[in-house]
Amino acid sequence: MSQAKVPAWVSVGLIPLLNILLAFFVSGLVFLAIGEDPIEAAGYLIYGAFGYDEGIGYTLYYATNLIFTGLAVSIAFKAGLFNIGGEGQAYIGGLGVGLLCLWFDSSLPLIVIAPLAIIGGALFGAAWAYIPAYLQARRGSHIVITTIMFNFIASSLMVYLMVNWLKAEGVMSPISRTFEESAWLPYMHDLFSPFGLDIGGSPLNMAFILALLCCVLYWGLVWHTRWGYQLRTVGTNPTAAQYAGIDNAKVTIWVMLISGGFAGLVGVNEIMGVNHNLLLNFTAGYGFAGIAVALMGRNHPVGIILAAMLFGALYQGGAELAFEIPTITPEIVVVIQGLVILFSGALENMFKGRIEGFFLRRAAA
Amino acid sequence: MFETLILILDATLRVSTPLILAALAGLFSERSGIVDIGLEGKMLGGAFAAAAAAAVFGSAWIGLLFAIGASVCLALIHGFACITHRGDHIVSGVAINTIVAGLTVTLGLDWFSQGGQTPALTGDARFTPITLPFAEQVADVPVIGLIYSELLSGHNILVYLAFAFVPATYWVVFKTRFGLRLRAVGENPHAVDTAGISVALVRYRAVIICGVLCGIAGAYLSTAHNAGFLKDMSAGKGYMALAALIFGKWRPVPVLCACLLFGFLDAVAVRLQGVSLPGIGEVPVQAIEVLPYVLTVLLLAGFIGKAVGPKAIGKPYVKERA
Repeated sequence: MSQAKVPAWVSVGLIPLLNILLAFFVSGLVFLAIGEDPIEAAGYLIYGAFGYDEGIGYTLYYATNLIFTGLAVSIAFKAGLFNIGGEGQAYIGGLGVGLLCLWFDSSLPLIVIAPLAIIGGALFGAAWAYIPAYLQARRGSHIVITTIMFNFIASSLMVYLMVNWLKAEGVMSPISRTFEESAWLPYMHDLFSPFGLDIGGSPLNMAFILALLCCVLYWGLVWHTRWGYQLRTVGTNPTAAQYAGIDNAKVTIWVMLISGGFAGLVGVNEIMGVNHNLLLNFTAGYGFAGIAVALMGRNHPVGIILAAMLFGALYQGGAELAFEIPTITPEIVVVIQGLVILFSGALENMFKGRIEGFFLRRAAA
Repeated sequence: MFETLILILDATLRVSTPLILAALAGLFSERSGIVDIGLEGKMLGGAFAAAAAAAVFGSAWIGLLFAIGASVCLALIHGFACITHRGDHIVSGVAINTIVAGLTVTLGLDWFSQGGQTPALTGDARFTPITLPFAEQVADVPVIGLIYSELLSGHNILVYLAFAFVPATYWVVFKTRFGLRLRAVGENPHAVDTAGISVALVRYRAVIICGVLCGIAGAYLSTAHNAGFLKDMSAGKGYMALAALIFGKWRPVPVLCACLLFGFLDAVAVRLQGVSLPGIGEVPVQAIEVLPYVLTVLLLAGFIGKAVGPKAIGKPYVKERA
């Protein structure tokens, strides 16, 4: 091997950018295939996401969920684990948040309930990730399969609990009673108004701040603690990690607990911040979208925030787009999300060899 | 009581069919070393293509061809990512599932303007039940008559096809040269390469067979079991097939048994809704629905037997160069 190295801007900037552009290019082809002008559609998308104050509020609200699940997928990636169970962990996390709110909403003030519910949501999410983590670490069962199974188990469990135990009296649909206002996470309207932004009816709430704090936590944990070093070692080379005396199984279990905790916090945004009651299917695919966010964000908190904003913008803009052009469904955003996963995840090596080869030759010459 | 049992078993066959097809699809793929969590997406894509083509051409068979075509295309994308570009198998599978979930609804709305569904299929656009010979004549014979006329007769061709694929798969995987290579590529690709056989080619073939079977499973959902395509109609059956594949330890006959067991649980869950069992009381439907997943987790944990997959599964093959 030569000593020549690929410049950092190529491997961190150029190649990922090319992959994303290709994903967007193919998305454009999908728009053409259904007879819509991709440029016009992109215009509606951008207007819907950033063109007016309330749109921005919605974009950030969607981004909040995506930051949580993106961090969840990403930190597991750091240890070489694929946590595909973010969906189930978020669901159970929401259950934890909801139960705490239902128990304490009339007896405790928000200042006590909020931290309690945040910890509760994270713990419930973590607990749901614990069993797959334990089975992976100690009994060698594949975490991808077990976390998929746990998504389905979570879904059935929630239906059972909602229908049989938590349903409010006198309603037909499986939703719990609405929490007292003391268990509502404050909206961010007041925070934005000094800047002249009126995010009005958007559901953006304090969970967004929590999401940003989690990014800082992630950054500190992964790059500035001894445990983070162990985590990255296990992820890059488990054999070397073991040789160096790192307990791989312990790292696996802990990283999955943290991953599940991050995913569980989706419940804080959705249950405490927006819906103010427990209901079914509030996770709406955020767990899977987190995979796209983590891949696109290159497993770095800053990248994850940017990717979550982009997908948040797509979610919100997609709703606007469907409203403006009735022949388009908001589901087209799911296609774009899938294409991003395909091109910047599964096909990430497509250009890599050739481009890196080019720069290596140039460096050697 | 006996009649109820026959009806439950009859439903079991119908529910198991897509599971069997998809699980056998996964068997080919995973035996060659390619992890496939995209069974769900391929099945959904096949279901959409089948219903769309059947609605346009008025023939279920043309629908089946389109379903296979669409599913094979998706399988080839998976192969391109995993075999040619050594991408992550799981990521690729998730990508395919996500793309298909969105694309079917997007195209469906554009083509048929029915909120993402396809038009309801009737007549030749669907696979209709086949009455086996003498089914009506023997219907009155006790026990056997009921088994023959209710349980075995009266399914559509795809159900019989799915069951025929089980011995066929066994024969291909364990008794042919291709099958030997397929298994070898999943266990030890270096050895296969040393013998002068292209690892990539064997894996591509496996992935294509996987696509064909998933396409048939999809066509069954939209043109045989139901009369048209509905958003997300595969509803996790691809994942359940994956569970059955693991539960059957990557072997055709045990996989069939796992599919039948999961199908049976599904059929029972529907029957037991609101029924109080003697001694146990009312069993929540969700508890039965969740059993396939719980059982698979228990198996993976090594509490009931041990699931050992093909050795080289999920690992890209890198040819060594001197």
